[in-house]
Amino acid sequence: MNLISLTPIDLMIAASLVIVLALLSAKMQLGVSGQLLIAGVRTVVQLMLIGLILKSIFNYVHLGWISLISIVMLLLAGREVMARQKYRLKGWWGFGLGTMSMFISSFSITLIALNVIINVDPWYTPQYAIPLLGMMLGNTMNGIALGQDKLNQSAWQQRSIIEGKLMLGWTWSQAIADIRHDSIRTGLMPIINAMAAAGIVSLPGMMTGQVLAGSDPIEAVKYQILIMFLIAAGTGFGTLVAVWFGSRRLFDGRDRLRLERLTIKH
Amino acid sequence: MTRIIAQNIQVLDLPQWSFEIQAGECVYLSGPSGSGKTVLLRAIADLDPHQGSVGLDNVSVKEITAHDWRRKVAMVPAETAWWHETVAEHFHQINENSLIEFGFDTNVMSWEVRRLSTGEKQRLGLLRALQQQPQVLLLDEPTANLDQKYTLVLEQYITRLVEHEGLSVIWVTHDHEQQERIASRGWQIEQDEIREVTS
Repeated sequence: MNLISLTPIDLMIAASLVIVLALLSAKMQLGVSGQLLIAGVRTVVQLMLIGLILKSIFNYVHLGWISLISIVMLLLAGREVMARQKYRLKGWWGFGLGTMSMFISSFSITLIALNVIINVDPWYTPQYAIPLLGMMLGNTMNGIALGQDKLNQSAWQQRSIIEGKLMLGWTWSQAIADIRHDSIRTGLMPIINAMAAAGIVSLPGMMTGQVLAGSDPIEAVKYQILIMFLIAAGTGFGTLVAVWFGSRRLFDGRDRLRLERLTIKH
Repeated sequence: MTRIIAQNIQVLDLPQWSFEIQAGECVYLSGPSGSGKTVLLRAIADLDPHQGSVGLDNVSVKEITAHDWRRKVAMVPAETAWWHETVAEHFHQINENSLIEFGFDTNVMSWEVRRLSTGEKQRLGLLRALQQQPQVLLLDEPTANLDQKYTLVLEQYITRLVEHEGLSVIWVTHDHEQQERIASRGWQIEQDEIREVTS
């Protein structure tokens, strides 16, 4: 099987479908056509850029460059995590906690995958390292943002319950345990659903891409299974870390609930 | 038997408050709406950051963990919070005599929390806080939602704990008659001071 290269005209045909959709939504006054077009343009520009960057990195394998790219990806994902939360921690915590959690989970799991499972040489071979890390970050980002948002929002709304428990002599950790469990569950739900539906309801994107590119379906499936497990572990550990430290941050050293450390985005 | 001592407690822009309440003494705290009575109780329970120091006998709040402090110095808020489905899940030991004295029959434990009235929640909330056998009780308008009958029942119940078990109580109330029934002294929050009042 050979890869059929797409021509600019092929892509323009696909783009015209989006433009027709935008025109239709403008006519129906849905108020999304502008966003749709901007998002479409962003897709093209961002992906072209990353394509160029990947191409040059693949040709110039050096740990320094890979690290630099990884850090940039991490920071962008951290910004995204913060932006997705309606209730978030004030100041550096808002950005730092999500970013740190992603760093701990995504980076360590990607390192394990590269060194122990896939075992490429050198381990930072960009063809493996960058897409793996990208998928890890993209998915842990989701779980962490959902988990943190749920945590902060529930704490905000259930203030009197948390403080009612504190008044009965519960520790901060006991007082927020229910909310913490719910938040972790919320963060893990998308990846659990994705694993459960994989292959039945949806053909995961990575596998589809590999098959389209001419890979043997069985090889593609094996990679997809690997990725699913890595993502599940990464999302799980990342969400645990983020929710744990996030819930600690909602209290001070005297186990007082400090909701003024949160800010609400309107 | 413990006395509670506060020196220059200060929160928000309220005046400083110092007091010493003996074991087995009940005092009231009074002041207009919005004058900061709840805020002061919260500071004593160490639920909000504050200036000054509080302690039990010679032990400062800073020397014990926060949850131990709150177990000893229990605050019962004006609106109690409930998080389980049924009443029983909020109790680990049930004193049936107290339930009956408070006008409940023993199957109240199987009731759903959402069926409780505000007054019922207030009475049960007090019993729930007493389970942890606090040495100091901070009551925020504990009879605000009770009728005359249960107001008196609750007053007598607390008075008995004060007199026989050596409980110390700070009782927030506007009601002058109640102040006279439960305490022989109290504090009045005013513009620039928290003034001790002896009757």
